[in-house]
Amino acid sequence: MDILSEAFAWLNDPLNWTGRNGVLALTAAHLQVTLLAVLLAAVVALPAGVWLGHARRGGTLGVVVANTTRALPTLALLTLFASAGLFGNTATVLACAIFAIPPLLTNTVTGLGDVDRDIVDAARGLGMSSRRRLVEIELPLAVPLVAAGVRTAVVQVLATVPLAALVGGTSLGTIVVTGFGTQRYGQVLAGGILVAALCLVAEGLLAIVQRLLTPRGLRESSRPARGWRRERSPGVPVAATAPSSSNGPAPTR
Amino acid sequence: MRLEDTPPNPWFSWDYVQRNHADITEALGQHVSLTLQAVAIALVLALPLAALAHTRPRLAAPVVGTAGVLYTIPSLALFALLAPYTGIGRTTVLIGLVAYALLVLIRNILVGLQGVDPAVTDAARGMGYGRARMLVQVELPQALPSIVAGVRVATVTTVALVTVGVVVGFGGLGQLMFRGFRSNYHAEIMTATILCLVLALIADLAIVTIARWMMPWSRSRMLSDVSA
Repeated sequence: MDILSEAFAWLNDPLNWTGRNGVLALTAAHLQVTLLAVLLAAVVALPAGVWLGHARRGGTLGVVVANTTRALPTLALLTLFASAGLFGNTATVLACAIFAIPPLLTNTVTGLGDVDRDIVDAARGLGMSSRRRLVEIELPLAVPLVAAGVRTAVVQVLATVPLAALVGGTSLGTIVVTGFGTQRYGQVLAGGILVAALCLVAEGLLAIVQRLLTPRGLRESSRPARGWRRERSPGVPVAATAPSSSNGPAPTR
Repeated sequence: MRLEDTPPNPWFSWDYVQRNHADITEALGQHVSLTLQAVAIALVLALPLAALAHTRPRLAAPVVGTAGVLYTIPSLALFALLAPYTGIGRTTVLIGLVAYALLVLIRNILVGLQGVDPAVTDAARGMGYGRARMLVQVELPQALPSIVAGVRVATVTTVALVTVGVVVGFGGLGQLMFRGFRSNYHAEIMTATILCLVLALIADLAIVTIARWMMPWSRSRMLSDVSA
């Protein structure tokens, strides 16, 4: 039978959706693990990032952390934790939390660190204490980047959790891995569609949330300029007529 | 588990490496060849796509958007979507790896092309360079630092991602990790993990070295500049 129609047959079978290992239960487990992992990572990364960013330190640390975790395979961490005696989803949560830390940390550090120096100076001139500057000036201005970091972290964890099915975790990835194990490729395809859909929907929803969280004053400027190239300035005429100002031609720019 | 009569199960064991070096070499070879092939194919695909997006700004959003959607799909799901059609094996892994490397590369090449100093392109235009010649002889060399940065990131992520290929039986060192997990053999997992990290490091250093040799004009900036 055609694999695609097999996949749709699998998706249309209500028995695959309910029950202990049904799609609904697995999605719930998937989301729960993701939430726990991101929360765990946020508890570690956000305060550290806020502290480092406020002190305007830690730029290199962020790069080092990001590069190391990029090279470390997820599967390695999962198998390491799983065979070190952490069973089921504990290993998954821990491994995913570790991978969620870099986007959160680097975005928080750069978000706070990139706040215009002049604004912070102005706040200091107004007599704001360091704490008040952080809460009232730097954090609101850093929200867009921090939110982007959270979004990256969530989507990344959502994408990583399925792998845990290989080491005994339960998530939507279980459908795929069981399908591969039993050579039912319709089920594999169905699982793949579900996981991909979950991630794409989450990415879209979080993009909306990120936009809503961004203070209105920052929205316009944060939007990338339309088109990919800057507008070409109207060409400077080769022989310009002399301007009528008495002090000669006004300097351009 | 911690009974007296359980055999030792150390995390680090040189003994394991010595007795299984044929196995390890095979996995490592598979890992390296998959990585090289994936990055090479991705680069070959990404260069024209990015150039197209650059010369036809209208196409930039769809090109980058499609690559972004591909990038968002989790690796396991992508392999699951591909496997029924491309079969269990090397091709599936390779297509997945290329898809992931593509976004990083396209984005970096585009950024590099757009960052070229307008004065330089104006000068080239003034010297009578056509669009294609300008792209190849002026803009691409100028964009090289950004392209190299993209290749570095793509290579390092690919090295890590190859391990996921274990679901279709072609995971390189991931194969060792998974087998070690199945048989609870700590040394096997740890050895494969360390080899993965070392491989990523060596690949990164190799790219930097090649890039320095290719771009003598920016030698001093290379190491500090492109880590972003």
